[in-house]
Amino acid sequence: MAFKKSVVAFSQTPEQEQKLMEVINKEKGHKGALMPILQQAQEIYGYLPIEVQTIIAEEMGISLEKVYGVVTFYAQFSLNPKGKYKISVCLGTACYVKGSGDVYNKLQEVLNIKGGELTPDGKFSLEACRCIGACGLAPVMTINDDVYGRLTVDEVGDILAKYND
Amino acid sequence: MMTVAELDAIKAKLHSQMMLRKGSEAGEDTYRKHVLVCGGTGCTSSGSMGIINKLNEELKKNGIENEVKVIKTGCFGLCALGPIMIVYPEGSFYSMVKEENIPEIVSEHLVKGNVVERLLYSETVTDSGIKSLNETNFYKKQHRVALRNCGVISPENIEEYIALDGYQALAKVLTQMTPEDVIQTILDSGLRGRGGGGFPTGKKWQLARNLVKDADQKYVCCNADEGDPGAFMDRSVLEGDPHVVIEAMAIAGYAIGATQGYIYVRAEYPIAVERLRIAIGQAREYGLLGDNILGTGFKFDLDLRLGAGAFVCGEETALMTSIEGNRGEPRPRPPFPAESGLFQKPTILNNVETYANVPQIILNGADWFASMGTEKSKGTKVFALGGKIHNTGLVEIPMGTTLREVIYEIGGGIPNGKEFKAAQTGGPSGGCIPAEHLDIPIDYDNLISIGSMMGSGGLIVMDENNCMVDIAKFFLEFTVDESCGKCTPCRIGTKRLYEMLEKITSGNATLEDLDKMEKLCYYIKNNSLCGLGQTAPNPVLSTLRYFKDEYLAHVVDKKCPAGVCQDLLTYKIVADKCKGCTACARKCPVGAISGTVKEPHSIDTTKCIKCGACMATCKFGAIVKE
Amino acid sequence: MVNIKINGIEYSVEEGTTILEACRQNGIRIPTLCWLKDINAIGACRICVVEMSGARSLTAACVYPLSKFDEGKNILTHSPAVLESRKMTLQLLLSNHNMDCLACARSGNCELQALCKELGVDDSSYFEGAKNEFDIDTSSKHMYRDDNKCINCRRCVAACEKYQGIGVIGANERGFKTEISCAFGMDLANTACVSCGQCITACPTGALSEKDDTDKVWEALADPEKVVVVQTAPAVRASLGRLSVIR
Repeated sequence: MAFKKSVVAFSQTPEQEQKLMEVINKEKGHKGALMPILQQAQEIYGYLPIEVQTIIAEEMGISLEKVYGVVTFYAQFSLNPKGKYKISVCLGTACYVKGSGDVYNKLQEVLNIKGGELTPDGKFSLEACRCIGACGLAPVMTINDDVYGRLTVDEVGDILAKYND
Repeated sequence: MMTVAELDAIKAKLHSQMMLRKGSEAGEDTYRKHVLVCGGTGCTSSGSMGIINKLNEELKKNGIENEVKVIKTGCFGLCALGPIMIVYPEGSFYSMVKEENIPEIVSEHLVKGNVVERLLYSETVTDSGIKSLNETNFYKKQHRVALRNCGVISPENIEEYIALDGYQALAKVLTQMTPEDVIQTILDSGLRGRGGGGFPTGKKWQLARNLVKDADQKYVCCNADEGDPGAFMDRSVLEGDPHVVIEAMAIAGYAIGATQGYIYVRAEYPIAVERLRIAIGQAREYGLLGDNILGTGFKFDLDLRLGAGAFVCGEETALMTSIEGNRGEPRPRPPFPAESGLFQKPTILNNVETYANVPQIILNGADWFASMGTEKSKGTKVFALGGKIHNTGLVEIPMGTTLREVIYEIGGGIPNGKEFKAAQTGGPSGGCIPAEHLDIPIDYDNLISIGSMMGSGGLIVMDENNCMVDIAKFFLEFTVDESCGKCTPCRIGTKRLYEMLEKITSGNATLEDLDKMEKLCYYIKNNSLCGLGQTAPNPVLSTLRYFKDEYLAHVVDKKCPAGVCQDLLTYKIVADKCKGCTACARKCPVGAISGTVKEPHSIDTTKCIKCGACMATCKFGAIVKE
Repeated sequence: MVNIKINGIEYSVEEGTTILEACRQNGIRIPTLCWLKDINAIGACRICVVEMSGARSLTAACVYPLSKFDEGKNILTHSPAVLESRKMTLQLLLSNHNMDCLACARSGNCELQALCKELGVDDSSYFEGAKNEFDIDTSSKHMYRDDNKCINCRRCVAACEKYQGIGVIGANERGFKTEISCAFGMDLANTACVSCGQCITACPTGALSEKDDTDKVWEALADPEKVVVVQTAPAVRASLGRLSVIR
């Protein structure tokens, strides 16, 4: 079996850990506490890595598998962190033949991460997506809600520079 | 703690102010005018919060902030025209308002009293003057019961709700009625579940009251996990009138003998969640939730539970399993929730719209409610109109209204002079209704008899450019994604069904496959564990029933008549129309178009990826797909 | 007591008895797959469906408790609709199953194979389509886990949780992708698994199987230098030794 651990190394601040413990202690006496705890934990960490799920399982006295089964059932829960700016590069046919693969590679190079990963500062996450129906603008990528079309590899740096806050 | 007398006092105090907003003569307030701005999800996305800020700013600038009151309300229904703003008492309806229009509206209309006709919803402006909103086609045939406060009150102010009879039904129930009376009233009203199934609400309450005699705890739940693609009725009620749900749940609690309720609402509805939180807080503060409500000794409280992105949790047993903190997998029935539901205790679950009808039934009586609708479907139903229709948005109509009235009169018909092809109701559990049934009165039983269902109220209109096989495939893709994976027919069966549809739309299916597909549909319907699986084949079965010729065109002729299914299309350049401008060749992402300047071009079909970019570029209509 | 008819014949059973139990008490066989006495009654596989008068769809016999509301109803356990449904359920399961049956440890005593034979599944690839693909977990000392043969009956999950109270395997993901696995796709060897083997006993197919060390035993027996002792496990009461006197 492939071990589906999060793609980035886990780290947490003492504040995050303290907040999680507060949430668990507040909720765990109530019936059906697991979902609210997971939802708040995801708010605290942005995702639910094995380390966080393990804490929750141990504190609630249930198995890690039970927690993981619930997490993977609901679309809202994520095992991987998302960046402040979510970059999606369209790898649909039209974009691909117009060079979106090159754009995708360039982004990986500039950001120094692979697809599905997050930059260490949490700013950008990168993923490939299916056709978004903007074939006339190919190749296309989106950064959160902004759409960039007719991309060339050379433009990538300038576009990323716009997201400098 | 509040007494009934204090409740009445609040109502009396605010009533005349609220009447101003109803456009009534009797209305009066220290404010001259009320400006209502829609703060529902639709209008918020199109910028209504900016409008509110700008309004407040301009009012101050003009020194009339104490004369004109700005109120953020819930949804008015005409989402396509957002952001929406209404000025009372005159009832001027401004649509598609932009921030830059605000200074003009404030200085001209609010200061000088000259309505800015240019910015009004065009349908309200006629040669003989300005029509009231209620006379426009969109609103004229509507009858608002569940939505009666949406777009009228501020959802974040409990007193405005109280001013319009809010919590009076709860007061009446607690002081003048026995639980049995309440149940009898709901039974007599003929109210049926608005979430889709149409089970009689009173019957549900009666079972929960009587089935288990010695239960130490019972629960009242509200299903606000509205997940059908294209449906947003419940969201609008929660965003526009959250207290109606709280009041109705307290009434239900009294009727069945429960002291605790849960509202299971989608986390994807942040505005609804926030307003519910505020409303629950206010209700507790006013003593309308908690111990000893209205001094009657009745105890009831509510908690919110957020859904986490699983459509199947709209199924009642899955919803309860999810509240319990598990994977939201349905469990077999019996035992039914009325006997053993949430945490194995007797439980009732109703949807938001069902609850929204309850206080009005209590106040106006069962006969009033039963006077609306058809023989077996009483009252009104809210629909979310979408797809190929002019007035997309939210409408509430008496049961028995025909589809033709909804689509052509209220909805304003099909845009661009296209032909109506089908209306889809009931989302992934429903079916497609063809033109031949446009005059059927909408009610639970009629819709089922023509192979669809009421569902929660999504109504998607399709025109000649929609491929019915493709539509069926769209819904099946949704079901496959959302199947919980517990039982075999749904887990594997819907996946195989989807794959068969793919085979058809890619031109690889045989007539034998069609028979096999139909057999699989009936198998899934008959064998699945829960309602999601049992209704999943409906989009396929209903399109097979009414649009068999389209399936045959895909299977036998390998053609998609609507020109949707990519694999069955070829793009061609009509030589007579082509001017040789080369625009298409430059646009083509794969270099499939060739030709010399000022000569007709041609498309190499082996290279073409059918993205349609050329067709969108051509100014001469020289490119066709067939 | 509830009076019902099964295939037209009247029976009287205690209230709360499931249809499956009622049938078994009276010698009527209904096939099952996901049902496992006392620990797993979830109505998931749908093999045990029956036709019940008044019901809109078929009913899973293993999870339907008969009550006073069912008085007088007739239950058909082998009607054409029922038989056809059961067959299609098996065909669907096969469409997402590794059918390398000849080399399978459970060939000959596989419940899925036996049911296919019993219900006359003559076309094992009636449905075509995508299959889930999994790596085989060989990490554990005592067993193999091959999810390509798993039919999601969850009997192993119940055994792990209810017999042993361990709970290291369970249903993860959802829909067609639902799999029975350990948290985060971990190998069994990295979990708290106690190697009890209860899950293997519960599995109806070859998805869970013991590691077979017979070859090593033959090797040891053939080694003249080695003294071989047989030790049963668990719950050791006696040991057998092969002494050299046998020579």
